[in-house]
Amino acid sequence: MENITEKSAKTLMKQPVDRRRFLRYAGFSAAMTTALITACENPGADPATNINAGARVSAPGDVVDLGSGDVGVLNYAYALEQLEYAFYQQVITTPYAGISAEELFLLREVRDHEYIHREFLRAALGAAGLPMLGANFRSIDFTKRQDVLNAAKDFEDLGVTAYNGAGRLISDPGNLVLAGKIVSVEARHAGLIRHLLLPRLGFFAGDNAVDPNTGLDAANPPSFVLGMAQKFIVETITANNLPKM
Amino acid sequence: MNLFNLFSDIEKLDADAAGRLDFSRRKLLKNSMAAAAIATPALFATTVNKAFAQNNTITDVLNFALTLEYLEDEYYRTGQLMTESLLTLDQRADIIQINKHEALHVKFLQTALGAAAIKKPTFDFTARGAFPTVFSNTATFLTVALAFEETGVRAYKGQVTNLMSNKDVLTAALQIHSVEARHCAGLRRMLNMLVWSSETMPGGVPAAVYAGENNTIQGGVELFGLTGASLTQGKTRAAIETVRESFDETLTRDQVLAIAGPFIRSM
Repeated sequence: MENITEKSAKTLMKQPVDRRRFLRYAGFSAAMTTALITACENPGADPATNINAGARVSAPGDVVDLGSGDVGVLNYAYALEQLEYAFYQQVITTPYAGISAEELFLLREVRDHEYIHREFLRAALGAAGLPMLGANFRSIDFTKRQDVLNAAKDFEDLGVTAYNGAGRLISDPGNLVLAGKIVSVEARHAGLIRHLLLPRLGFFAGDNAVDPNTGLDAANPPSFVLGMAQKFIVETITANNLPKM
Repeated sequence: MNLFNLFSDIEKLDADAAGRLDFSRRKLLKNSMAAAAIATPALFATTVNKAFAQNNTITDVLNFALTLEYLEDEYYRTGQLMTESLLTLDQRADIIQINKHEALHVKFLQTALGAAAIKKPTFDFTARGAFPTVFSNTATFLTVALAFEETGVRAYKGQVTNLMSNKDVLTAALQIHSVEARHCAGLRRMLNMLVWSSETMPGGVPAAVYAGENNTIQGGVELFGLTGASLTQGKTRAAIETVRESFDETLTRDQVLAIAGPFIRSM
């Protein structure tokens, strides 16, 4: 399993910049496409997990708008944190085959961080907050370590680029600092997950995350990030009223 | 802030700064050189003769950042040149990847600043003799690296509100900030530490680097009260540690300079 990762990492490093950039922005990897096929046989993967028990029932036709101004940006973060929490909650509930005690502990800690981020944003947003969203992880095979960690890597990397891109949309200095306090923890998560996938060659900050020509992480706009995240969310998220980049 | 202030502030803060860098001896050093070295007088702060003062907040912040990037870049480059006994091949590959980013950050900031970019200071990575084995002891080398990276993350975070008037500069600073946080995670894995930070488990890193990291109140919300009860189930450690680690904190410019000062010989 590790050999496969190492091979793909090496392949990535050899690829020309355009290909690498495409992969970075494409985010979700071939492993997950494969998982689409196998997930149907996976009884552990609940197709449409409602992120919070007792919350309203999510329906695919629902449209949820993030809102405007800083509230809209915080709702954007809230949606992503809900998604991340739901993902790790599924990982902890149905751990992959052969998971070690250390990895289970670490992934539980990450899950707990996402829970704290989610609850913080829920409290901060109050009545202006989004409803609890439904998650759809049908495309991820939670029984396979490689699939789970690749998905985790993609979620964390995407989250980092989302916060990086959202900073410029925030108008209140206090909110900007709060976003900064969260994004570096997400970047630590990304570094950790990547190190679990490949503990060599600086993969914790590998060339398929940090641009080897600039030394910068990406900063993606909400339109891009939501385009990547939407398939994991039951409701349709709209961001038409967010501040403009 | 302006650069004259930056340098003179280091001078002021320097008087006993090395003494405040309370590196854990358990983790770091078997030697007892550190205590003797602390008395060494400031060597670097008397050469600030270059007339360079701009009352431009963004320029000052970027030069502040550039100073830290110079420090990191030269540190890793020096470490890479050391004998193979300092780093295994795998460790060296990790350090080369980190160093690649720091060199690019230097270049990026120099380009952004143009003629306003400050010159590279000269460094003393032993912090005036406090860490004489910094390039011969692997744990010391990695721990000082981690101290620089953690300080860098908190320094950038502490400056973001000073960059809000220029959205492109703000975004670039955030794009560097998250890379430094990835580096923290990588170095912490190399040191067999958890990847997130609090004051409770600093490893061998100076306490000043993590000052305030045990904060559990964010935006007026006390997070342990909010989440602690739910987190406890199935946990093998105190939930408050997880709460502390779930948000990173800022450092002020003066806090950063107090940490970095002993490593700067002259500017």
